[in-house]
Amino acid sequence: MAEVEVREIRKSFGGGNPAVDGISLTCKNGEYLVLLGPSGCGKTTLLRMIAGLEAPTGGDVLIGGKSVRALPPRARKIAMVFQSYALYPHKKVVQNISFPLEAQGMSAQERMEKVKWAAGLLGIDHLLQRKPRQLSGGERQRVALARALVREPQVFLLDEPLSNLDAKLRASARLELKQFQQRVGVSTIYVTHDQVEAMGLGDRIAVLNQGRLQQVGTPEEIYHHPANTFVATFVGSPPMNLLERDGKLIGFRPENIRLEKNAGSRDDATVFRGHVLRVENLGSDRYVYLRVKDAHGDTNVIAKFAIAEPLEFSNDEDADLVIRNRNINFFDRDSGQKAAA
Amino acid sequence: MSEPAVHRTVIIDESFRVHHLLDRESVLGPVMLSPLLIYLVALIGLPLVFVFIYAFSDATTGSDSFGFVGLQTFQTTLEDPVFRIALRNTVVFTVLAQLVVIVLATVLGFVLSADFRGKWFVRFLILLPWTTPVALSALAWLWMLDSLFSPFNWILGNLHVVDQGTPVAWLGQDSLAVGSVVALQAWRTLPLAAVILMAGLTSIPPELSEQAEVDGAGFWRRFFDITMPLLAPIMMVAILFGIVATFTDMAAVYILTRGGPGNATQVLGSWSFYTGIQGGSLAQGAAIGIFMFPVLLGVCILMLRRASQTEVV
Repeated sequence: MAEVEVREIRKSFGGGNPAVDGISLTCKNGEYLVLLGPSGCGKTTLLRMIAGLEAPTGGDVLIGGKSVRALPPRARKIAMVFQSYALYPHKKVVQNISFPLEAQGMSAQERMEKVKWAAGLLGIDHLLQRKPRQLSGGERQRVALARALVREPQVFLLDEPLSNLDAKLRASARLELKQFQQRVGVSTIYVTHDQVEAMGLGDRIAVLNQGRLQQVGTPEEIYHHPANTFVATFVGSPPMNLLERDGKLIGFRPENIRLEKNAGSRDDATVFRGHVLRVENLGSDRYVYLRVKDAHGDTNVIAKFAIAEPLEFSNDEDADLVIRNRNINFFDRDSGQKAAA
Repeated sequence: MSEPAVHRTVIIDESFRVHHLLDRESVLGPVMLSPLLIYLVALIGLPLVFVFIYAFSDATTGSDSFGFVGLQTFQTTLEDPVFRIALRNTVVFTVLAQLVVIVLATVLGFVLSADFRGKWFVRFLILLPWTTPVALSALAWLWMLDSLFSPFNWILGNLHVVDQGTPVAWLGQDSLAVGSVVALQAWRTLPLAAVILMAGLTSIPPELSEQAEVDGAGFWRRFFDITMPLLAPIMMVAILFGIVATFTDMAAVYILTRGGPGNATQVLGSWSFYTGIQGGSLAQGAAIGIFMFPVLLGVCILMLRRASQTEVV
């Protein structure tokens, strides 16, 4: 177990913008840190630099307070789970799990004990004699985790480990991943482009875009107090609504909108005049698409209501949007950064 | 009164036009396949049948007489000491050449699949021997191994490894001649093997090696424990191709040593040619050639089984 820190780390693959452009970030001891961002934001490159699979162009990587920049991956005491799980196809599950121990030169008996311990922890004892191709996606994930766990690494690095699973499996795999990490308590850095995974798994989330760190914070901070318009619109589905008023951007979540007829002006809330374009029933939720006039002209806004809530509006009606002031975020119109009210 | 317009059934006429005929798979298929089939039957199938017929006969190039003599030709062949040397040499040359090829082709496979400046030029150089006909490259080697003009001798002489006054007779001494033939066979089968192994290496997902690196494995463990087992099936294919090319070849020996010195480098291909064509004993030449058959049959079976079993990981 150890703290992982990157300092002003930079990676450029030559030509164009750098893949990682000066990121400083710390994953605390035992923390579950999620790197979240769209594809091409540099999150996987950052993870690979921590693992040692990619040499940084600048900056430093520290594990347990010591610089590991000069160390090869095998000397960094890390474990990595790739998106594809990268199970050795010619080896049985038991050989896959014991491979890192063999590389350490551990005795056969000790190896067997460790493998049994890891397999027991992940509930794959019965699969030990199988080959990877005989396993389901979820079983492969567990084997990959067992292999990562078995050498008791200082850090787990997980690169989109759920993206190869079908949607049905993903929720239960997420639960397993979280429970697993809580049980072993090892610092974990988890890369994903899926904000639901990030919100559900992370103790803290680091949002990346175009090689730069946008915001680090707890899921609540990221969701309710985004540092800029990128985070505001990347996290949350549907994304945060942004309207321009008095030279600032006003941001509010779709579920924080109340619709009223002829709402007067309020002290504790902000009111916009809008027009309902369409109501969409999604089973558990209802999306209401509205058009609102702001300084920019017409802007589309999405409001979200639980299906249990009665809705008195239908297509092509005027409606006033009422948003409590404490649910409103302000951003600078030009830089997109968080601003004071 | 004008005649009513006659509507011909032009559709039927159209279907007999050649370019429409070729749209039919039942016509196009055989048409496209026939050149290959004719080639296979005329130049491989028929000669193979003739070889079997001749091997059980007393046919010679000198007369029209033809009589079946059963296994007598085979008996004569087996008793021939040169045949035994040729059989042994064929196996030894093939094994030695392919051992060299496996090692070098793996190294070259890595070079070919690596990413570096001037990659295309190195690839071009590696593939060059493969594009040269055997006879041409054997002639080039003949010159390089010439006792008087050999550049090897010149280099070794200038390095004072050998005495400049007494040049090495590369093709004149039994062991050196064997080495020379093996070197030529390895040299000319290497490019194909290297390309096959390059394809094999490219097909192994890079994360496997990276995973092994993170798992704490050093270069040799990654190579022998991960890369090699995954490369083994495709390496097998490269070796089988190499065996076919070396086992059946006669051009290298024919041009380089003529089977000499003495019969030290005689192989089945060359001895069959000398006996059957130059010596005129068609029957015995055919019988010698047939001894290649079991090996080639085995290789073919292995290849076909590989092809059908190929496991996609």
